[in-house]
Amino acid sequence: MREITYRQALNEALAEELERDPSVFLMGEEVAEYHGAYKVSQGLLERFGPKRIIDTPISENGFAGLGVGAAMVGLRPIIEFMTFSFSLVAFDQVVNNAPNMLMMSGGQFNIPITFRGPNGPAHQLGATHSHATENLYASVPGLKVCTPATPRDAKGLLKTAVRDNNPVLVLEAELLYSSKGIVEPPDEELLIPLGHADVKREGSDVSIICYAQTVPLALTVAQQLEEEDISAEIVDLRSIKPLDEQAIFESVAKTHRVVIVEQDRPFCGVGAEVCYRIQKNIFDALDAPILRVSQEDVPMPYNERLEKFVLPNADKLIAAVKKVCYA
Amino acid sequence: MQRPEQRDEVEMLALMLLIRRFEERASQQYQAQKIGGFCHLYIGQEAVAVGAVAATRPDDYIITAYRDHGHALARGTSANACMAELFGKETGCSRGLGGSMHFFDEAHHMYGGHAIVGAHVPLAAGMAFASKYRSEDRVTLCFFGDGAINQGSFHEALNLIALYKLPVVLICENNLFAMGTSVKRSTSLKQIVDRAEGYDIPGEIIDGMNFREVRDKLDEIINSIRKESHPAFVEVRTYRYRGHSMSDPASYRTKEELEKYRLDDPITRFRAQLTREGKLTNEQFDRIDKQAKETVLAAVKFAEKSPELPLEKVYDYVYVNGSARAGISPARQA
Repeated sequence: MREITYRQALNEALAEELERDPSVFLMGEEVAEYHGAYKVSQGLLERFGPKRIIDTPISENGFAGLGVGAAMVGLRPIIEFMTFSFSLVAFDQVVNNAPNMLMMSGGQFNIPITFRGPNGPAHQLGATHSHATENLYASVPGLKVCTPATPRDAKGLLKTAVRDNNPVLVLEAELLYSSKGIVEPPDEELLIPLGHADVKREGSDVSIICYAQTVPLALTVAQQLEEEDISAEIVDLRSIKPLDEQAIFESVAKTHRVVIVEQDRPFCGVGAEVCYRIQKNIFDALDAPILRVSQEDVPMPYNERLEKFVLPNADKLIAAVKKVCYA
Repeated sequence: MQRPEQRDEVEMLALMLLIRRFEERASQQYQAQKIGGFCHLYIGQEAVAVGAVAATRPDDYIITAYRDHGHALARGTSANACMAELFGKETGCSRGLGGSMHFFDEAHHMYGGHAIVGAHVPLAAGMAFASKYRSEDRVTLCFFGDGAINQGSFHEALNLIALYKLPVVLICENNLFAMGTSVKRSTSLKQIVDRAEGYDIPGEIIDGMNFREVRDKLDEIINSIRKESHPAFVEVRTYRYRGHSMSDPASYRTKEELEKYRLDDPITRFRAQLTREGKLTNEQFDRIDKQAKETVLAAVKFAEKSPELPLEKVYDYVYVNGSARAGISPARQA
């Protein structure tokens, strides 16, 4: 086993899929000659050439739509958004064209496209560049949404996304590109199915349900809680849609207490959906109301102190866990 | 590459008549509430779709906006499948799931039927990108109205198409009105074709009421593109006789204006040309018109007696590969 960064893991996934299937191409702003704004596509232009690694002008709506059109006639585009905050400029293509085509055409045209790029608040980028878009996109029938938190999950989910015959959004964690983790060697095929959550840490007192950038936060908090004799189970959703209800219910049946920590906003956020499904399906297993820790319901401020205040953090998560544990 | 075989002109006139009669019947069925939603008729513009299709090979890609009945019929989608789609039936070209604005027919390389103005122009770029990627000599024909040319997606797509030298013919069907707003009130240019110049795409104006002009100019353009991939833009000047959609009485234009265009009717004009040249007799014309009317009437009957999709089937068109209900992992469904 070897340790690589989240960025390298994504790079390997791209390279392996480009190598495997000539109908796969990567398109986006600065993906070729600049090697990606976050260097995820480092070396791909040199290896696969300008026909398959394609720089675009700043035209998110245009090149996202180009990807959808290419997918209609059998190519398998990987469209990189420099950040998913910019995908909002292409919202019509991602929401109206990619996922609707199958229904509108009576099943004639599926869209095997991957939209990928960093998502979620990073550090002091201000309101326009800090969007966590998972709840927006997961609410759209026809889209699949995954949110890897580790290098291994990033590689395995991205490779699966590229092979999926539906539009899949791989929402990468902007703050985790340099984080490291153990990943199988390149000669071992690593595919992680969509819709399978992963218990990142076993525990017995409370289930902390998290994904993407809140996974390392939850793991850190779990260690601190251990010192206070609270055993937290960390359930990393990995996919928002399809959602692995069974893994969630299994954990809740064991711990009877739930805190959902999410990087998006509270109103109509991912946690609201998870919460609804838990109470609807295993209400009797609950010993306390479910709590959610998410962003404050405000546009993201630039000021560092205020930004920290707005984001989920360890203090908020610990307080929520103690509340559901009546500790 | 070989030029497409010149298709028989009387057959092309028959196709224009079929579209005309189809739309008249669709209008009647809409008023009888057999057809729901929005319904945009192509009457008056028939020479554009038929002329363009006459210049293509069957494997060229066609994509258009929501006024799409004519394009599908011109391409070869049956009147039955088109009418059944309007009726929302399983036998429709999109299984009754798309409706008037979303006609799709993969077998005839008809890629929709798109109802967000301008949003399909990037799709056309992608289809043409795929042809170039695979070193095919297919050409993509992208139809849109004069209303699309002020939309962001149109501009982004034109730049990409020009930048990547994609094999696309951008066909602006200028019928003078975007819904109720005239080109004069919507567009800062004196003529629409000048939009192409801004992207270094060669542009031409075509008389859309003249079948032969549409066919011949597009034939020339398409053959040039087949030799070496490049985009082209044509502003096809045409006119719709009906309102924007069935619910629009078109009170923003005068009776005189409509009459002026009716006198220049594309079917009448083409018929006169063929008759003058001894290629068509009055009896022949009456026969093909009767045939068109019968085909359309049969299509209505077909649509009426066709079944609708069973309710539970709605989940089959969300994801492919067997995953059914959204939001729950198919892998976890017992």
